[in-house]
Amino acid sequence: MNLGGGQVVNKQSVMPSSSGASWKSTAAGGSGGGGGGDGGVPDQFPAGLRVLVVDDDPTCLMILEKMLRNCNYEVTKCNRAEVALSFLRENKNGFDVVISDVHMPDMDGFKLLEHIGIEMDLPVIMMSADDSKSVVMKGVTHGACDYLIKPVRIEALRNIWQHVVRKRKHEWKDFEPSASADEQKPPEEPDYSSSANEGHNWKNTKRRKDEDDEGEDRDDSSSLKKPRVVWSVELHQQFVAAVNQLGIDKAVPKKILELMNVPGLTRENVASHLQKYRLYLRRLSGSQHPGGMNASFMGGPDAGYGSISSLNGLDLQALAASGQLGQLPPQSLATLQAAALGRSTNSKSPISAPVIDQRNIFSFENPKSRYTEVQSQHLTNSSSSKQMNLLPGIPTNMEPKQFVSLQHQSGQHSFGSINNQVLIQMGGQSQSQSHSHSHSHSQGQSNTNPHHGLRPPVLSSEMLTRGGVVDMATTVYNPVVSQASSLVDFSMNHKNDSSGSSYPLGGSLGIPNLASATPTPLQGDGNLDTKVPRRGIVSSYDIFNDINPSGIREWGLQDVGMTFDSAQHTMQGGSGPVLLQHNRSSEREMGGQNRNSTSGKAIFSPGVETGSHRNVGQQRNSYVAENSLRVKAEDGSSHNNTLYPEQYGDDLLAAILKQHHQQQQQGVGQSETEFGFDGYAMDNLPA
Amino acid sequence: MDQNHMKKQINSARNSLFQQGYLDEQFIQLEDLQDDANPNFVEEIVTLFYSDSTRLIRNIETALDNYPLDFCKLDDYMHQFKGSSSSIGAKKVKDECSQFQECCKARNTEGCIGIFRQVKHEHATLKRKLETYFQVSPSNSLENRHTLQRNTQLCAAD
Repeated sequence: MNLGGGQVVNKQSVMPSSSGASWKSTAAGGSGGGGGGDGGVPDQFPAGLRVLVVDDDPTCLMILEKMLRNCNYEVTKCNRAEVALSFLRENKNGFDVVISDVHMPDMDGFKLLEHIGIEMDLPVIMMSADDSKSVVMKGVTHGACDYLIKPVRIEALRNIWQHVVRKRKHEWKDFEPSASADEQKPPEEPDYSSSANEGHNWKNTKRRKDEDDEGEDRDDSSSLKKPRVVWSVELHQQFVAAVNQLGIDKAVPKKILELMNVPGLTRENVASHLQKYRLYLRRLSGSQHPGGMNASFMGGPDAGYGSISSLNGLDLQALAASGQLGQLPPQSLATLQAAALGRSTNSKSPISAPVIDQRNIFSFENPKSRYTEVQSQHLTNSSSSKQMNLLPGIPTNMEPKQFVSLQHQSGQHSFGSINNQVLIQMGGQSQSQSHSHSHSHSQGQSNTNPHHGLRPPVLSSEMLTRGGVVDMATTVYNPVVSQASSLVDFSMNHKNDSSGSSYPLGGSLGIPNLASATPTPLQGDGNLDTKVPRRGIVSSYDIFNDINPSGIREWGLQDVGMTFDSAQHTMQGGSGPVLLQHNRSSEREMGGQNRNSTSGKAIFSPGVETGSHRNVGQQRNSYVAENSLRVKAEDGSSHNNTLYPEQYGDDLLAAILKQHHQQQQQGVGQSETEFGFDGYAMDNLPA
Repeated sequence: MDQNHMKKQINSARNSLFQQGYLDEQFIQLEDLQDDANPNFVEEIVTLFYSDSTRLIRNIETALDNYPLDFCKLDDYMHQFKGSSSSIGAKKVKDECSQFQECCKARNTEGCIGIFRQVKHEHATLKRKLETYFQVSPSNSLENRHTLQRNTQLCAAD
C-alpha cells in the first residue's frame, strides 16, 4: 500500500485555488456550472435552486410557484405529500430544498418532514397559516429548517437558499467530527460571501456524489471532502517523531503540523491522525483508559437510538451497501433496528450489513481515527483483556442499532446513493451528534432530528470500550446517517475506514467475542486484512459483548455501524474471523450477532443478511479501495484486506499493523495494536 | 385624457378596495408577481381561489349541518379556508375566518353558524368587487401595475 511516502492526497486540491472553492470547483466539475473553477465560480447561486413545494391548497401552490420562479428558482409543485415523497425518492438528488405546508389532508406536514429528513436529508421549510407557538415549536422539534407564516411573501422565499447552504456546511462539519471543525470549515466555506458558489457547489457536489456514486472517485472532488491524506509510513514516522518531540501530552495538532512541515497537510488531518494514534497507544498500554473515553461516549446511547428509525431508512441502505462491515452489520443492524427502530423504521429489512456501512461511512470521516479505532477493536478482540477495557460502559447499544436499522432500510439502495443521502442527512442532522457523543445520544432521541438519533453515542461508547475506537464510533455515528454517507462519499479518506473497522463490528453485539478471536491484524498483516477487516469488526462486537452483555445488543448495532467503517477497512480482507470467532457462526457478520444472540441475537437474526453484509463489506472494500466511501452498492465482494489497510492510510496502517501484529500476536491486542493506531483517541473524537 | 381618466377611476376603485379593508398587502404581492410572462396572474389566482374556496365552503356548510358540531373538523376546514383567503389578500374574509375559529375554540355553536354566514357574505362581496375590478382594469402590464401601485401608496398615505 502504501502509497508511498507521505503523500497527501488532497482531493480538494484538485482545484487548488481558493480552498473553499476548491471543492466546489471540483465538485462542480460536473455540476452545472457551479463552481467553475477556483474562486471564480460564477455566482449563479442561488439561481437554479431546485425547490419542491408541497401544499394541498391550489391557490397557495400557484402563488408560491410563481414567487419562486420570480426568485429564479426551479420549482416543482405537488399537492400531495405522497407524491412529493415519490418525487424525492425518484430523484434523489433532484432537489435542494422542500417547502411544505403543515396542514395537509393525506399526510401531516411534520410527518413528511420527518420522512424527508431521514430519507433524503434535505432542508425542509414548513409553512402554515397557523402561527401559534406550539405549531412553530413542533416544526423546530421535527427538524424543519424554517417556518413561514402564510400568507407567504416573496421576500421570505428569496432567502431560502441559506438553508441549503447551511445544511451542506453542517454536513461537512459532521464529517469531520474529530478534526477541528473550524479547520475544516474554513476551507470549505470560506464565508458566505462566496457562499453562493459554495451552495451551488454543494448542490452539485451532492448531486455529483449521488451520480457518481458508483464509482468514481467522487469522494474527492465532489464534495466537501477533506483532502485525503494518505498516511504513509514515512509520514507517520514524521508524525510520531513530532509527537515524541513535543511529548505525547503536549502534542497538539497545530504543533505537530508545524513540526512536520508537510505541505498540504492540514491541521485536521493531523488531529484525526493524532486521535487514532492516541487510541492506538492506549490500546498498547492495556487499554485501561477506555473508561474515560467510554464515559464520554457512552453518554447517550439511547439518544442515538431514538433516531435510529430515521436512520434506518437511510442508512440502512447505505450501510447495507457498504456492506463491508458485513460481518457484524447484520447483527448490529438488526439490533439497532430492533432496538432503535421501534419508531418508524421504514421497512427496514434486517440489519444486514447496512449498519456496517454506516460505520464505514463514518470511518471515512475520520479517516484515521476510525481506522485506529477499528484496529484497536480488533486488537482488543484478540485480547480479551483489552476488550474489557474498551467496553466498560458501552452504552452503545444505540448506535449500532441505528445503523443497523438505517442500513437496513436502505438496503436496497445502492450504497452509493445511500451514502449520499446519509451524508446529507447526517450532515444536517447529526452535526451535533458526531461531535458530542454523549450529547448525541440525547439528541438522537429527540425526534427533532431523526438523523440525530442515528448518531447514537452508542458508537462512541463502543469505540471507547474498544479502546479508543469508541471515539470513532461516536463521531462516526452521530450523524450516523450523515456520517455514513459522508464516509461514503468521502471515502476518500479511507484511512478512516480502517478506523472504522475499529467499530466493534465484531462485537457490536457482543464484543466479547473479540477476545477469543485472534487478533488478526486488521489491516495489513494479512490476518487482518483478510480476516480482520470483516472480522475485526465483527469481533469487536464480540468483545463488546463480553464486556457489555446487556448492552451488546445495542452495541452491536453501533458496532455494526462502526464496524461498518472498520469493516470497510478491515473487512477488506474478509479476514474477520479472528474476532468473530467467538460466535461467529458461519457468517462473519453474523458472528457478532451470534454473540449477541444472547442479547441481541434476535435482533440480528431477523434480517441479518449476511449476504448483504458481504455486500456491505465488499462495498466497503471497493469503497475503501477507492478510498471513497462510496460504497458501491452491494457489489463488492471484494473484501480485500489489502485494500483496507491501504485505504486507511495505507502504508501507515499496514506498517503499524504489521508491527503490532507481530508483537501482539501473543498478546491480545495484536490486532489492536495495529489497529490501535486507528483507534483514535476516543476522547478526541467526541470533541 | 380619457384613458387617464379611466386609469384614475380604476385606481381609485382599487384603492377603495384596500382602504375599505377588502384587500390587504398580500394582494399587492400578487400584483407584483404579475409580469409580461403572466399578464393576468392576479386574475387567474383569484379565479382559482374562488373555485377552490367553493369546495371548502361546502365542506363547512355540511359540517355545520351535523349536530352536535364537530368543532375540530370545523376548525380544520376553516384553517384551510383562511389560509387560502389570506394568500390572495382577502382581508375581511380572513378576519371573519379568525372569528369563526375563535367560536370553534369556544365551542360556540351559534356563534359558529352566525360567523360563518358573515364569512360567506364577505367572500361573495369580494368576489363581486374583484370581478368588476378585473373587467375594468387594463391588462396588466408592468406600467399599469406600477401606476396602480404608486397610486395605492399615495392613497394609503391618506
